[in-house]
Amino acid sequence: MPSPWDSIRDDFPALHQSVNGKPLVYLDNAATTQKPRAVIDALSRFYQTDNANVHRGLHALSMRATDAYEGARSRIARFIHAAEPEEILFTRGTTESINLVAGSWGAAKLKPGDAILLTEMEHHSNLVPWQLIAQKTGARLRYLPVTGDEGLLDLSQLDRLLTPEVKLFAFTHVSNTLATINPVAELCARAKKVGAVTLVDAAQSIGHMPVDVQKIGCDFLAFSGHKMAAGTGIGVLYGRKELLDSMPPWQGGGGMIANVDFFATTYKPSPERFEAGTPNFADAYALGIACDYLDGLGRLEIQRHDGGLAAQAYRRLAELPGIRLIGPPGERGGLVCFALNDVHAHDVVTFADEDGIAMRGGHHCNQPLMKRLGLTSTVRASFYVYNTAAEIDVLVASLRRIIKFFGGA
Amino acid sequence: MSSDLTELYQQVILDHNRRPRNKGRLPTANRVAHGDNPTCGDQCHVYLRMEGDRIADVSFEGSGCAISQASASLMTTQIKGKTAAEAEELYRRFHDIVTSGKEPEEISDLAAFAGVHAFPARIKCATLGWHAALNALKGDDSQATTETHVD
Repeated sequence: MPSPWDSIRDDFPALHQSVNGKPLVYLDNAATTQKPRAVIDALSRFYQTDNANVHRGLHALSMRATDAYEGARSRIARFIHAAEPEEILFTRGTTESINLVAGSWGAAKLKPGDAILLTEMEHHSNLVPWQLIAQKTGARLRYLPVTGDEGLLDLSQLDRLLTPEVKLFAFTHVSNTLATINPVAELCARAKKVGAVTLVDAAQSIGHMPVDVQKIGCDFLAFSGHKMAAGTGIGVLYGRKELLDSMPPWQGGGGMIANVDFFATTYKPSPERFEAGTPNFADAYALGIACDYLDGLGRLEIQRHDGGLAAQAYRRLAELPGIRLIGPPGERGGLVCFALNDVHAHDVVTFADEDGIAMRGGHHCNQPLMKRLGLTSTVRASFYVYNTAAEIDVLVASLRRIIKFFGGA
Repeated sequence: MSSDLTELYQQVILDHNRRPRNKGRLPTANRVAHGDNPTCGDQCHVYLRMEGDRIADVSFEGSGCAISQASASLMTTQIKGKTAAEAEELYRRFHDIVTSGKEPEEISDLAAFAGVHAFPARIKCATLGWHAALNALKGDDSQATTETHVD
């Protein structure tokens, strides 16, 4: 039987182009992934046939659009094993999902004396919203340390930090810089013992491995569509139903109300309570199609593929002179971050671009972690379903040229 | 390697990157300003010792790409001994070089930065140290950031 992996690169139109006269080697997937034709076509088809505003219409197109939107909600609930579709809120992305929890749950429940526990490896999107809400509520921030370059959470510190004052424990599933796969189920179980609510940032895991909120045991889980082969501007917040129903609205507007008077309003239950205004229903629909596409490949197979490429890249890069690799040498998510002794990350990225290689250089929205590791910036190569071992060869050859050029030999 | 890239990374730039001039804190400084580029994390402190209107000594500290570090290094060699007005005039010429790609008629190491023109994303790297220096000259110790000045 033919496997969908055999012709996978044919599914992604954007891969088939030259950059600076070289075949594109797209290794910036942790920033955003390319889109398969199935997703692009679904979006285009939706706008050409079913486009109308959702929920309020009684006409045929509006009903079709509503079915597509609510169908996507059910599809995503199945994708992450949520108990019911009403636990899926559509947002603009991971960042908005986390801000929603901070702005609604956090503002209502946190008070002086409470603590919010984060980890040192959080992306700014799972750090700044908590700083903002801590300033407003008087709650204090705590950080679970990272062990060093090998990039593991220092679990020996957990008992000291995860005390009954901690009302929320938020952590990433897979680090966008270290590629560490965190023991999220264990962290959630530990949090539950002290009564802390848990939020998992699944931005870097959702498109790359099985994600099951029942097995993880989290209260909230946030992710973006564009990092899992879907469009930009659509994301998801999963929340346990009773928690969502206990939370006040975050943004006000149409679509989230039960009844409005001039001076008072009653609100719908979740998910509508948290979806004020016209949602991005077309991209929500396409996100459901992306779920189909990824399940067609198999998420365990995707994890094996992306993690395998990252491990291979780690081994190959470690052979280069003057390179510092960060993150666990063993099992890792589908990316690798490194710094060269004598060449700044931005110079590496500019030179690699000349070879058709798309990578990211900088702090990757991880400034506190970078400072902790004594780095100002790193280069990140991140992999997805369509990347190949041959592309790692192109990367290694390019880096050898760069090292030689700047070494002045 | 493409001609654009060899234009960008000229020997003058590679040399200043490898062996930066006037790098380190200047203990006798009476003016200091800091520049940063939040997009890429590049940072640059510029220290000046003014004697009247003249830049008697200058140094920089920072971290960043070869373009930003070499530019800051070269900047210090160019403005040392100049008056504030002369330094501002040098910046105007430098800015013209990096944005237009036109090399000046007179021979100047600043011309090495003409290649930046082909890489618009790197113009901010090339001007970071200069912006910090101009702020220091104005006695403005607020942070120069690439988000607020216009290139």
